[in-house]
Amino acid sequence: MEDESDPSAMPVEPSVARSRIGPTPVTRRSMLGGLAAVGGISVVNLGAFLWAGGWFTPDNLTTSRFVDRFEQVFGKHDGFRRNHAKGVSATGVFTSNGAGTSLCRAAVFEPGATPVTARFSISGGMPTAADANATVRGLGVLFHMSNGEQWRTAMVNTPVFTDSVPQGFYERLLATAPVPATGRPDPVKLAAFLSKYPETARAMALINQTPPSTGLYNSPFHGLNAFRFTNSAGTTMPVRWTVMPEDPFQPVMGTAHPPGRDYLFRALINKVAQGPVRWRFLVTIGQPGDPTNDATTPWPANRRQVEVGTLTIDSLQTEAPGNARDINFDPLVLPEGIAASDDPLLAARSAVYAQSYQRRTGEPQQPSEVNVATVEAAGGR
Amino acid sequence: MVIAILFIGVFMVTSVADFNFLVTVHEPLGIAILIFVLVRIGWRRTHVPPPFPPGMGPLDRLAAIYSEKLLYALLLCQPLIGWAMVSASGQPIILFGSLHLPAIAPQNATLFANLLRAHIVAAYLLYLTFAAHLAGVLLHTIVIRDRVLDRMAFWGTPRSSRAAVQAERPVPSSRNSVDS
Repeated sequence: MEDESDPSAMPVEPSVARSRIGPTPVTRRSMLGGLAAVGGISVVNLGAFLWAGGWFTPDNLTTSRFVDRFEQVFGKHDGFRRNHAKGVSATGVFTSNGAGTSLCRAAVFEPGATPVTARFSISGGMPTAADANATVRGLGVLFHMSNGEQWRTAMVNTPVFTDSVPQGFYERLLATAPVPATGRPDPVKLAAFLSKYPETARAMALINQTPPSTGLYNSPFHGLNAFRFTNSAGTTMPVRWTVMPEDPFQPVMGTAHPPGRDYLFRALINKVAQGPVRWRFLVTIGQPGDPTNDATTPWPANRRQVEVGTLTIDSLQTEAPGNARDINFDPLVLPEGIAASDDPLLAARSAVYAQSYQRRTGEPQQPSEVNVATVEAAGGR
Repeated sequence: MVIAILFIGVFMVTSVADFNFLVTVHEPLGIAILIFVLVRIGWRRTHVPPPFPPGMGPLDRLAAIYSEKLLYALLLCQPLIGWAMVSASGQPIILFGSLHLPAIAPQNATLFANLLRAHIVAAYLLYLTFAAHLAGVLLHTIVIRDRVLDRMAFWGTPRSSRAAVQAERPVPSSRNSVDS
């Protein structure tokens, strides 16, 4: 084809060269061959584009199929997050004490206040799920830094994460989904899953040993995935972060709880109505050999911890346009000075959250289960 | 560059492992294309393109002119839609380190969803227009062999061919006759 495309390589008869259609002779055969070539190239061209879009590889684990799995397990609820669907928006401030500047050059750690938008949630894709002690609780925080940068983090109350790789998370959703007949996961499927992912079995044991707190307001929240901090001297170190409640931690055992479907959120709303609620922001510095790519494994307890500031939540809002409802707490929205680690969950979370955000923002919006005004009107009752 | 960003775009939205990394490539690349397209449009407004080959029919010429205009329009709009879309999501577009672009649209989830749809439609349209343009060029080069490729190439129109063109048909003197 290369040589055919160069007309100068072809013998040119003067009479044909001056014909209507061009300087080189065109025979029926060359025209058909050429048309076939143009058609073939176009098919390959468009096919490659669709292949890149995943049209011909239906078995690959794509972001779409990941989010489909949430919809398969929890149902599809227009306008809501595919996980941590039930929640409430919050605002407040992060007050840095300056201790973080030795660890990280991000402007957020210089002494001073940074406004935050936050969101308290419980895990699962059901936006009207009843609160339960054992349900994983989430806290998403967006730091609005004064230089226009953002730092977003989504934390949970468990001491470790259940999965070390995205495929494990994807399979766990189905393996732990309750069977309608029993209301519990299929024991055969669950056992098969746990033997395939022993790290999840270990993580679940650790999570079961750690009782949750009585409320959202006195719960710790852990970033779990490792990140990398770089300070102004150029030193990079692996870190994990945690916020610890200033309110005393009160463990809760079993399933007993105050009345109501939303008792966790009601208690939080009543608490914040009385005054700001605070968490100490702690950064743990990893040592060489501490796993940065496995959120199911805790770091040794004696690792150095630096308190870098205080997170204060002083206001809650029912989810509505423009507040935390419309924020994707993508853990890879990071300011200069903070970078992702080699944890494969971080990339997966970023990708799947984006897919969830793209779906829910294009759907009709519905009112949130947790209504701050209704709870406040009812007072402490 | 444009083909690369389109492939990155359709692949990244499916990729669990590489989405975030590819977004950090896709966004600055889109801004670079926006700058290049603005420069290129400025160039086209001040320079007369080479004439069409003499054998090209009026329909082919119209197709060439309007597909080119459509390409320019899409190349200009697509990065702006993407930029506005990310702005509407409330996220900064990071170019390098802490250097980021200002928002060009208000933070609004519904606006984000609509701009996302527009970004997807424009991406497929852009790729189809490119594919049609390429098929047209190939058709003219392989089948009709009228040296239309020389019109676009850096090497310019060869002298012998240009002479043949001039013998066949006077070169349009006004840019309006080919680029109106």
